[in-house]
Amino acid sequence: MLDCTSKEIRKRAGGAINPAKTCQPIGAMYAALGIHKCLPHSHGSQGCCSYHRMHLTRHFREPVMASTSSFTEGASVFGGSANLKTAIKNVFAIYNPDVMAVHTTCLSETIGDDIPSIIKTSEVPEGKLVIHANTPSYQGSHITGFSNMVKGMVNYLSRATTEVKKEQVNIIPGFVNPGDMREIKGIVEAMGIKYIMFPDTSGVMDSPLTGRSVMYPGGGAKVEDIADAGNSKITLALGSYASSDAAHLLERNCGVPEMVLKTPIGIKATDQFLMALRQGFVKKIPYQMEEERGQLVDILTDTHYHFHGKKAALFGDPDVVIGLTEFLLSMGMKPVHVLTGTPGGVIGATVGDFEKEIKELLSISGIDGRVKAGGDLFDLHQWIKNEPVDLLIGNTYGKYIARAEDIPFVRVGFPILDRSVHSYLPIVGYRGAMRLVEMISGALLDRADRDAAEEDFELVM
Amino acid sequence: MSLNEKNLNAMLDQYPAKVKRNRKKHIVIKDSSLAMQEIEANTRTIPGIITNRGCAFAGCKGVVLGPLKDVVHVVHGPIGCAYYSWLTRRNKAKSDDPEKNFLTYCVSTDMQESDIVFGGEKKLVRTIDEVVEIFKPSAITVSATCPVGLIGDDIQSVAREAGKRHGINVMAFSCEGYKGVSQSAGHHIANNGLMEWVIGQGDLEEPPGKYAINILGEYNIGGDGWEVERVLKDIGYTILTVMTGNGSYEELKNAHVSQLNLVQCHRSINYIAEMLEKKYGTPWLKVNFIGIRSTIESLRNMALYFGDPDLLARTEEVIARELARVEPVIEQYKKICFGKTAFSFVGGSRGHHYQGLYEELGIETVLAGYEFAHRDDYEGREVIPQIKTDADSKNIPELHVTPDEKRYRLKISEKRMAELQERIPLSNYKGIITDMKDGSIIVDDLNHFETEEFIKLLKPDIFSSGIKDKYVVQKMGIPSKQLHNYDYSGPYAGFNGAVNFARDISMCFASPTWNFIDPPWRNTPLLEGTIEEGEA
Repeated sequence: MLDCTSKEIRKRAGGAINPAKTCQPIGAMYAALGIHKCLPHSHGSQGCCSYHRMHLTRHFREPVMASTSSFTEGASVFGGSANLKTAIKNVFAIYNPDVMAVHTTCLSETIGDDIPSIIKTSEVPEGKLVIHANTPSYQGSHITGFSNMVKGMVNYLSRATTEVKKEQVNIIPGFVNPGDMREIKGIVEAMGIKYIMFPDTSGVMDSPLTGRSVMYPGGGAKVEDIADAGNSKITLALGSYASSDAAHLLERNCGVPEMVLKTPIGIKATDQFLMALRQGFVKKIPYQMEEERGQLVDILTDTHYHFHGKKAALFGDPDVVIGLTEFLLSMGMKPVHVLTGTPGGVIGATVGDFEKEIKELLSISGIDGRVKAGGDLFDLHQWIKNEPVDLLIGNTYGKYIARAEDIPFVRVGFPILDRSVHSYLPIVGYRGAMRLVEMISGALLDRADRDAAEEDFELVM
Repeated sequence: MSLNEKNLNAMLDQYPAKVKRNRKKHIVIKDSSLAMQEIEANTRTIPGIITNRGCAFAGCKGVVLGPLKDVVHVVHGPIGCAYYSWLTRRNKAKSDDPEKNFLTYCVSTDMQESDIVFGGEKKLVRTIDEVVEIFKPSAITVSATCPVGLIGDDIQSVAREAGKRHGINVMAFSCEGYKGVSQSAGHHIANNGLMEWVIGQGDLEEPPGKYAINILGEYNIGGDGWEVERVLKDIGYTILTVMTGNGSYEELKNAHVSQLNLVQCHRSINYIAEMLEKKYGTPWLKVNFIGIRSTIESLRNMALYFGDPDLLARTEEVIARELARVEPVIEQYKKICFGKTAFSFVGGSRGHHYQGLYEELGIETVLAGYEFAHRDDYEGREVIPQIKTDADSKNIPELHVTPDEKRYRLKISEKRMAELQERIPLSNYKGIITDMKDGSIIVDDLNHFETEEFIKLLKPDIFSSGIKDKYVVQKMGIPSKQLHNYDYSGPYAGFNGAVNFARDISMCFASPTWNFIDPPWRNTPLLEGTIEEGEA
């Protein structure tokens, strides 16, 4: 497996080998699915749209609806305006969404199609909306695309209409699973705080089987709520890469102060999330949350010897990896290789610096690890060959490295294509942290059981 | 309920007028009393219709080139195209030398904004140089993606120069996603390249064994090709190369010495089949190794072509042995499947191929179609002279080959060819429509709206298609079987494949989970009690 990956590392200046990212539009499509009664639309040739739908469908095992402008060679040369206008007309006539959320691809971006002008001159039925985001595939990654579409939502929908800001919090959850979004909502509800979450794919990307086909499931952030986000007291952007740009725009356009937090993975980041909610709304932290937190600490203490001091390699999307790194450190583990495919310093983005942030976390714990933004899995595999680890954490693509190097493997992030149920269960909040501990402990102990000599095989561990 | 013109029209009336006019031509209700039934196919997709189609890049790199295991496939473009075509199609491969199987690697030039602005040729050069250094492959393909054509990167000359520099074959495929109207354009572009730069580059002048054949248009999904090879080798055939499942560049170079080319997927590989016939005089036989009856028929047709009594006898021996083994197993599954109906909507060939296998299980295919097939796949190759290439496909290059001065050889006499053509599909394919029952529906480029409407009208027991509609259909309480990736099972081809398929389809029907769709409280009334007023 992966027999051509050598231990010796040579500097590469070409492209990527085994990427740890994909391109913008899929993130935009996922974000758009988090609007109630919205049909995402891909303005490009139809291959992109099919690929993105397929990939999301494989991760969630759910229908993923989206339309496309289906560029031909003619449109690619002379512009895709006619294609988009036809598509808008057909989509509303045949599929009747409340909102069409248009994103672009490398094709329409290279041509330079002016989407706002095309939308303005299109036939949009009364009471229906078309919003858009530019999502050039040759910038950033799918996380950038998610961020851009959320920014598009704010841009088109959010308005400040009240004199006094309402006692409600906006939450931009970032590129996480519906199970995570449910957990975040559960926490805010437990705190008794009124909130608007957008995008929100719970109830869309985890919909029940009822025997009836529903084109637009019950979930998703409602347009009127995204509009009302302009009247909220504060915006909590969870994950700077996926969420901070939209929060920033909301502050600029509607005067809603933003607060950028880590994706609440692990005990520290969840604490910070609760503290931010308490600070903004002066509420007492309810006993339920204190109990959950105490249970997590209990579990961590009970089981610390399962994982303490173990070396880990992890990769994935920056916001999730930052949260995971911090949690592994607070478990006493050693994340020695940390990598994301998403590059830092994307033009126009206000996001943080992944490498700096991770290095700071590591140095506090006195760990000298390898860290890279814009890296790929070929890099990560070579690092592991040079400094082996006890555990690998990442998306499904990591299974090839895990097999090649015989490393226990925990699947976290996007996409997970070879296991099910993961998208229903959270990794965020205290309960999500419990689940991570279970997965990590389980993987390490399964390995211990497998490798133990018969006389060392234990009943109680 | 069966479908007639009236309720088909009622369904189409829900479309805007222009869309209705277009879609009507892509839907045919089989009626054998008509001399021929024409269907419109291989035309541009209607924007916004929610098609299942992909692009030319997917057809070229994803389908035809990607399975070649000893070649490094470089994708020149932003990251997505390479990423989505990385290990997602289940074209299996194994290699004696694990360092000569590159299928688990995904190589992209990962174009950035600066590459779009200043051109990406330099980065492509660097990427190819690094690929040579790291992988030491005997060949490299470079596939173009959407922006490459627009910004004018000359990948053909970059590849030529790199090939000279490294002394290996570096082949560029201009398969930008917007070319043509579907994956089909990509098949054609890939066929042209393989014919021009690979096939015939080997030194063999004579086949290395008896009954030498190539298998064309077989991508070894879930091990299909291996199951077919098992049987063919057992009968005594020499398999030179498979295009391209578990395929190898080194083998492909000698594809010219075969005595017969088998064509499984007509749509994706008929160009090479035709060109091999024209250039080397080798006829092709349309085969179908899906389903026991089709497999047997294909094996007998092959034996008939070679006309050797020993081969014929060995063919019957193997058929008898395999039948005795698999028939009793399949018999038990038939009990579960019998009397049911199916939809079969797959890319460009399986919509047809699986109908026979369904029939053997007692399942009738009531609707079938293709995403991107052409009229000849629907109506048969005799309509080819009538097909007009429209504006959207006219820029896909035609490769014209001429008989090879040294190597062209008629494999069988013209007289025998004519005789055989009366009996077997030699250099011919009769299309999907002929095999379908009267009243069944043939749909080209089925979309989401029609998927739901046809399900409501025809209420099939199983829907076989791809991943994008699988979960849509299952939400409706109808089992859905993926016939692109076999739901991660397989092989489905050949004798063993038929057993696997029967088992998997039966499992679709027999799964207890379907019984839980309605919660018990939905159909059970609450125990009724009465509250009498005035009582405490």
